[in-house]
Amino acid sequence: MKQLMLGNEAVARGLYEAGCMFVSSYPGTPSTEITEAVAKYPEVYAEWAPNEKVAMEAAFGASLAGRRSFCGMKHVGLNVAADPLFTISYTGVNAGMVIGVADDAGMHSSQNEQDSRYYAKSAKIPMLEPADSAEAIAFTKKAYEISEQFDTPVLLKMCTRVSHSQSIVEPGERVEVLKEYQKDIAKYVMMPGNAKKRHPVVEARTASLVEFAETSDLNRVEEGRDHKLGIITSSTSYQYVKEVLGDQYPVMKLGMIWPMPEQKIIDFAKSVSMLVIVEELEGFIESHCRDLGLSCVGKAHFSNIGELMPLDVAKQMAEVWETGAKLDEAIPPRPPVMCAGCPHRGLFYTLKKNKLTVIGDIGCYTLGAVAPLASVDSVICMGASVSGIHGFTKSQNGAADNKTVAVIGDSTFMHSGITGLVNIAYNESNATVIIVDNSITGMTGHQQNPTTGFNLKGDPCAKIDLETLCHAVGIKRVRVIDPYNLAQCDEVIKEELAANEPSVIISRRPCALLKYVKHKAPLTVDTDKCVGCKACMKIGCPAVSIVDGKAKVDATQCVGCGVCEQLCKFGALKEV
Amino acid sequence: METKSIMIVGVGGQGSLLASKLLGRLLLTRGYDIKVSEVHGMSQRGGSVVTYVRYGDKVYSPVIDKGQADCIVSFELLEAARWTEYLKPGGKIIVNTQQINPMPVIIGAAEYPENLVEKMSAAGIDVDAFDALTLAEQAGSSKAVNIVLMGHMSRNFDFTEEEWMTALEQSVAPKFLEMNKKAFALGRNA
Repeated sequence: MKQLMLGNEAVARGLYEAGCMFVSSYPGTPSTEITEAVAKYPEVYAEWAPNEKVAMEAAFGASLAGRRSFCGMKHVGLNVAADPLFTISYTGVNAGMVIGVADDAGMHSSQNEQDSRYYAKSAKIPMLEPADSAEAIAFTKKAYEISEQFDTPVLLKMCTRVSHSQSIVEPGERVEVLKEYQKDIAKYVMMPGNAKKRHPVVEARTASLVEFAETSDLNRVEEGRDHKLGIITSSTSYQYVKEVLGDQYPVMKLGMIWPMPEQKIIDFAKSVSMLVIVEELEGFIESHCRDLGLSCVGKAHFSNIGELMPLDVAKQMAEVWETGAKLDEAIPPRPPVMCAGCPHRGLFYTLKKNKLTVIGDIGCYTLGAVAPLASVDSVICMGASVSGIHGFTKSQNGAADNKTVAVIGDSTFMHSGITGLVNIAYNESNATVIIVDNSITGMTGHQQNPTTGFNLKGDPCAKIDLETLCHAVGIKRVRVIDPYNLAQCDEVIKEELAANEPSVIISRRPCALLKYVKHKAPLTVDTDKCVGCKACMKIGCPAVSIVDGKAKVDATQCVGCGVCEQLCKFGALKEV
Repeated sequence: METKSIMIVGVGGQGSLLASKLLGRLLLTRGYDIKVSEVHGMSQRGGSVVTYVRYGDKVYSPVIDKGQADCIVSFELLEAARWTEYLKPGGKIIVNTQQINPMPVIIGAAEYPENLVEKMSAAGIDVDAFDALTLAEQAGSSKAVNIVLMGHMSRNFDFTEEEWMTALEQSVAPKFLEMNKKAFALGRNA
């Protein structure tokens, strides 16, 4: 029966139908819902791994054992998993293995907009790229066939608009695929002697895949009325080309973005007067066309910055496109903010008050860089806070020790903060690391992690104890604070900065949006006592504002955390 | 049928995802090709959110670009003003007059513009503004603002009230159905 399905849910449906039995992923926008959705099929084992490298290696283990497997991640997650990626390209697979990667052009929720297609080319792994939910199901299943036929892992490339758009699908039945594990040292043990023999196998495989790409229905040509132009495109760029131009010009839609068909592209180019490449981010197809000796236009007209949109296609294709009226008015932006009652708020207020340098990390708490808190100094990637503070303090020979902290979330610490902490202990820097433990992976929409005591399916499981872990690494000073208690935050942070050895402060309070968290009644303002000093505005709480010179608490948002109350010297903000 | 485009805009947490779910269910019963696009992630934290709903015989793009929207439903006044360029000539914008201050306004770095409804009208925009929040509260919950707005929007579409009710039953939990039906009716008659 026809139904509307999110692109990510469609990948999950494809995994189910393909007989996938093992899924291991780390959450990351826009990829997260693939794994959340597949966890609802009882036939598929699914888990959150601590990071993408672990997920990919676990998925490879399952493939080796003879079970179709999958790991999913966002584009920057593939950087973390790049190490196994390049070598499982050499070993190939036993049962089919598919790696889902979701790019985030436009950086809706990312720190860069790298183009994952280069990983396919560089690691010599085929990559399929669906353009809607129906293709997400079909291509996922096809990816397993290719994986087993050509003895290779297969990359399935999603992007924000395919991952997070619903379109119509018709679900099918599940097939069961089981393979026997067979010991094969020459194939699976990648020491130099064996790897040297595998590399030529990989090159031959790519040549076979090019042959496959020539005739596969993954790549198709749609006829057009006018051969003055011919367009090669893929994914959402294809949708925008068709949206704007319909069947005006012939279009080659590539569903397999690596390796590309060579003769098919050359023949297509010959059939048109001018070859135009329409693709998001980098000129990946364009470069390949040039490598094939073809003359074409692409990135000279379509920017490699941000999302490609329908209007970009229209403008370059000289289409008349009328837009709506724009108000002659400054419209203030509405950036995302820490929620009312967010436990991170009290901590960042304390860091700002003490004028500390804050080496930050990836999570909701990156918002600690936004005014009025504006207390985060750097954010690079998962785990970079703990590693970074070591270099920042060590290189200054103690000069920065008492005014610098690293801030990292519970899930991010599990992902890649632990090794940084090992480095701090081992190489003896006097760093102060704050783990903001809100008992969930917050930014991607509440996923469990090794510190929460629950697994992906929501069942109770082993819980990693952060204090014990930090002690075991060699950190003697481990303190726990409640970020709703500003006096305690201030006192403990000062003590640990002053201490002459590394320390970890765990700022512990569950995310205010978690269903089990009980909220207090909204605070009230005693307008007789309020002098309008705006001290309560220093924390940037969306529930607090100044109206007609007096503080006002929005009762629909306030969860009674009481942080603003602690800032009021006049006792005007009160719990009921 | 030519593709129709509806944008639902508002502030993270206002319930635009339920509105698009309801629309999706409704459109599916008529056998249209449909695409619904939403952005998850950071925008859930009080930022601007936008959902695109498109339907017709064959829908390609999942997003709506400037000049393409037949109808914009805005859950908040400032958000309506932010997206006017996306209206198609002859398109209509339905606005909940509720104002939610963004952080730059809260901290005094920017001002919430005044008389936005009048300014939109003066710019030649077909604006249908009303207080959906009060109606939602009348129905029983401020959270039903999304359904009040869908009820109001329904007057511009040739779907029967029965079709809307069937879609509503498929979209909300049974214990909230009566309240949402009331919210829908209040919006439709506003």
